[in-house]
Amino acid sequence: MADNTEILTGLAEIVEEVAGIDTAEVSAEKSFVDDLDIDSLSMVEIAVQAEDKFGVKIPDDQLAELKTVGDAVDYIAKNQ
Amino acid sequence: MSTVEVVVTGLGATTPLGGDVASTWEALLAGRSGVRRIDDDEHEWVTRHDLPVKIAAPLAVSPTEVIPRVQARRLDRCEQVALVAAKEAWAHAGAPEVEPERLAVVIGTGIGGAITLLDQDDLLEGPGLRKVSPLTVPMLMPNGPAAWVGLELGARGGVHAPVSACASGAEAMAWAMRLLQAGEVDVVVAGGAEACITGITVAGFVQARTLSQRNDDPERASRPFDVSRDGFVLGEGSGVMVLERAEFAAARGATVHGRLAGFGITSDAYHITGPDPEGTGQARAITRSIEHAGVAASDVTHVNCHATSTVAGDVGETRAVRKALGEHPVLTAPKSAMGHLVGAAGAVEGIVTLLSISEGIVPATLNLDELDSGVELDVVTGEPRKMEITAAVNDSFGFGGHNVALTFLP
Repeated sequence: MADNTEILTGLAEIVEEVAGIDTAEVSAEKSFVDDLDIDSLSMVEIAVQAEDKFGVKIPDDQLAELKTVGDAVDYIAKNQ
Repeated sequence: MSTVEVVVTGLGATTPLGGDVASTWEALLAGRSGVRRIDDDEHEWVTRHDLPVKIAAPLAVSPTEVIPRVQARRLDRCEQVALVAAKEAWAHAGAPEVEPERLAVVIGTGIGGAITLLDQDDLLEGPGLRKVSPLTVPMLMPNGPAAWVGLELGARGGVHAPVSACASGAEAMAWAMRLLQAGEVDVVVAGGAEACITGITVAGFVQARTLSQRNDDPERASRPFDVSRDGFVLGEGSGVMVLERAEFAAARGATVHGRLAGFGITSDAYHITGPDPEGTGQARAITRSIEHAGVAASDVTHVNCHATSTVAGDVGETRAVRKALGEHPVLTAPKSAMGHLVGAAGAVEGIVTLLSISEGIVPATLNLDELDSGVELDVVTGEPRKMEITAAVNDSFGFGGHNVALTFLP
């Protein structure tokens, strides 16, 4: 089980791979859409990769609620 | 005759001969070939399926070397090449300042993102739905190359994607001219893109008996007008021009590289793949094109031919040229050097035609050792030929009976 710091690091690597955003920019308070400029297509890719990496399920209705990087980290921590 | 003059202000290309217009043109004049063996690790399907064709004309420079990684992973290869060529053309034109609503894009493709379709279907059939990319549809759609270029340049005056097989790139130029002459926009970024050298396309063309099997001598395989030609060589690439209303270009002080003065589009209604052996529809396209341009047949001193190196096609085209223009034009066939770029062919060869006019030199047709007796026209061989060109026609024909002729002037 990964702790929140490990989840954030892993998620930042996925965001870098999919959207080309430097891992240092991917911090908990950032909004995927408003701050990181990630579109809905890339969010689907990020969710699928996060599911594989952390062994969680992120249903579409949950994905829509994950506004910030921190939201995603918390969701993964609770559901892994 | 054209009422609104259309000028060419920017050129861009990525081809089997070079990653831009300058290197492609230099290689053409030097008589180099872009055809090579492809039974290697990158094209492992050649050996896996024991395909009888083991040659192709792949790009000289991979688009992923030029496009940033994250952008490249969102694009099919045919979209990548369109973007590379369009960015070069746009920069060459001096990045025109034009209202977004007065800027259009017309980029055709023959096949589109079929490699994406195949790859994603493998993922669906294998690991399943979760692994299918959410970018599948925008990557495979044939309007993708035009749409991505439109996004890149902020074009809001319409984005179009003519699909007419190997005539798509030339048809895009014709559509661009229509838009400009109708007064709908001031600037059009127009061209063609194709990047689909893969197992099923090669297999399909093999079964249609259209590809050269001269595997033991790749650089000699594409030989338009030669008696021993045995089919075309599949290539990939993109060519893009920036076209403008002459008045608009003059007002912004743009450098003009030549004029697209006319086009002719006809259809054979003869056979789904085979050209009409009499070349009637092709001749009508050429005639319409020069009439649109307001030039006489005698003014056309050069024809940049479609000539793909197939047994039936090449001779039929020369009949059409003789019928429409007479016996005086000097011919060349760039596919002898760069293979057949399918939906990009007309656009890249349009650029070659324009450069032949502006530079006063026609590249030689490679591998023309013995002229087919049915040709009966003057084809440039050996060395490039210096000549003054008053008007030139560029032919493009496609499966489906599509015939497109473009007339360029200095």
